[in-house]
Amino acid sequence: MSLAVDFDVETIRKDFPILERRLADDRPLVYLDSANTSQKPRQVLDTLRDHYEQHNANVARAVHQLGEEATAAFEAARDKLAAFVKAPSRDEIIFTRGVTEGLNLVANVLAWADPPYRVGPGDEVVITEMEHHSNIVPWQLLTQRTGATLRWLGITDDGRLDLSNLDDVITERTKVVSLVHVSNMLGTINPVAEIARRAHEVGALVVLDAAQAVPQLPYDVTATGADLLGFTGHKMLGPTGIGVLWGRRDLLAALPPFHGGGEMIEDVRMERSTYAPPPHRFEAGTPPIAQAIGLGAAADYLSALGMDAVAAHEREITAYALERLQAIPDVKIIGPTTVQDRGGAISFTFGSLHPHDIGQVLDSYGIAVRGGHHCAKPVHRRFGVPASTRASGYLYTTRAEIDALADGLEQVRRFFGLR
Amino acid sequence: MQLESMYQEIILDHYRDPHGRGLREPYEGESYQVNPTCGDEVTLRVHLDGDVVQDVSYEGLGCSISQASQSVLHDLVRGKTLEQTLAIGADFLTLIQSKGDQAVADSLEESLDDAVAFVGVGKYPARIKCALLGWMALKDALGQARIIQSGGHHG
Ligand SMILES: Cc1ncc(COP(=O)(O)O)c(C=O)c1O
Repeated sequence: MSLAVDFDVETIRKDFPILERRLADDRPLVYLDSANTSQKPRQVLDTLRDHYEQHNANVARAVHQLGEEATAAFEAARDKLAAFVKAPSRDEIIFTRGVTEGLNLVANVLAWADPPYRVGPGDEVVITEMEHHSNIVPWQLLTQRTGATLRWLGITDDGRLDLSNLDDVITERTKVVSLVHVSNMLGTINPVAEIARRAHEVGALVVLDAAQAVPQLPYDVTATGADLLGFTGHKMLGPTGIGVLWGRRDLLAALPPFHGGGEMIEDVRMERSTYAPPPHRFEAGTPPIAQAIGLGAAADYLSALGMDAVAAHEREITAYALERLQAIPDVKIIGPTTVQDRGGAISFTFGSLHPHDIGQVLDSYGIAVRGGHHCAKPVHRRFGVPASTRASGYLYTTRAEIDALADGLEQVRRFFGLR
Repeated sequence: MQLESMYQEIILDHYRDPHGRGLREPYEGESYQVNPTCGDEVTLRVHLDGDVVQDVSYEGLGCSISQASQSVLHDLVRGKTLEQTLAIGADFLTLIQSKGDQAVADSLEESLDDAVAFVGVGKYPARIKCALLGWMALKDALGQARIIQSGGHHG
């Protein structure tokens, strides 16, 4: 449970060296792009450095001392990640390059899996209109290549999944339902357990894109109802190049490999090979060793703060940002406007101004936001805008930074003479 | 402040009050270009009379830099020959790729006129594509128009 004796943002900020950076014109950094990637605490950076300086070796292949140390640290990271998301077994944690690779892994192996998992002609895969491109394109590729059909759930005007036709979209033909837990564009937290219930009723697998969810919420993979679930290390204080695919143990054991190579085998002969059990079956080649160990340190950091406290801070800062932004004339938030079932990403438009221009002027004040389609073009199209500006805080974000954003937007208005 | 080196007043003027916007007939070449990183898009048409660019018409969505650049493009190439137009396009590319070099801008003033104001954009790598979007569409549309023209010659 949460040990959040006191969650003091100022103390936390001292752990993040980059937050002390001065930008052009000696402006302090106001980093509001954490949904894109989070900053890293010293504890993670020190772990990376210590690994490379003291323990660097390849894993699972060396009998020497360094090899054993590296292997132990790498496998300890697996334990930490398993505990962090309450996975029933450490063997359910597959290290990937990120959630993108995890989703591609799933979408690829389902083309080759034995029944009942194989996706083929006449089968359907269901996604939603609020997905990141990484949870759209792999399913387009799968369905196009196998003769299956791709279907999707729509979005209501207030940025929630439209579940009114859930039973018509998820049917006996559905083999997979893959959706985002927390939207990186709208911020919406989706009722994944309810959708999983319907999916399981018809025997479909449930895949979750938890890229924004795991960093922000206390997480229990089993409680989500998912069969497979991916997240990314760099959005939860960890390094880039590392992510996790979690899967139910019996399901992983029934799925064929994705990449072939070293470490994923049991035996290799010239004609054919047999494969290692999960998780190693899905981890071909030298893994991102230092990155996995660094991600373990990030999980430790978050656990020490307590994810309940992290989530409470996220809610508070998001509520404040929603309030400040909505008070600015011409700002229109796309997505839920209260913190009810809502994560921390806030996308908005500002009059007729283009997100590039907004972001550029904000940047001149040291304020980092994201402008564009945030790898979610269909949801932008759904709301009739080509692009939006997105502000997203994290555990180190202060109210003063939200104030800076609000003031910055007034400067943007002045600069362009917004009509 | 640095910001004004990119957003020069001429650029903001063209953005607020774009010249020649809207798609018009007749035209011999049309190009649709999209910037995949931000989703900005432009549809641009050229109308040639023999060797002369009679009109450039365009419509699209985009930031101030892309909108202003298309407006300036329209002013610059209307009434020019094909050869002159391609030369202006090449000069604009040189300007944008100069990383904000004022000397380059000065040397191109005769060819580019108002468009030299875009020199500051070259200092912002993320915005270079915005400035070039319309020019890429122009090059493509001219190529198509010439194919149609030469096709016409041969019957
Ligand atoms: C909801 C969501 N899904 C997927 C991704 C892709 O993550 P990555 O690029 O780390 O694989 C992101 C982040 O960009 C995201 O926010």
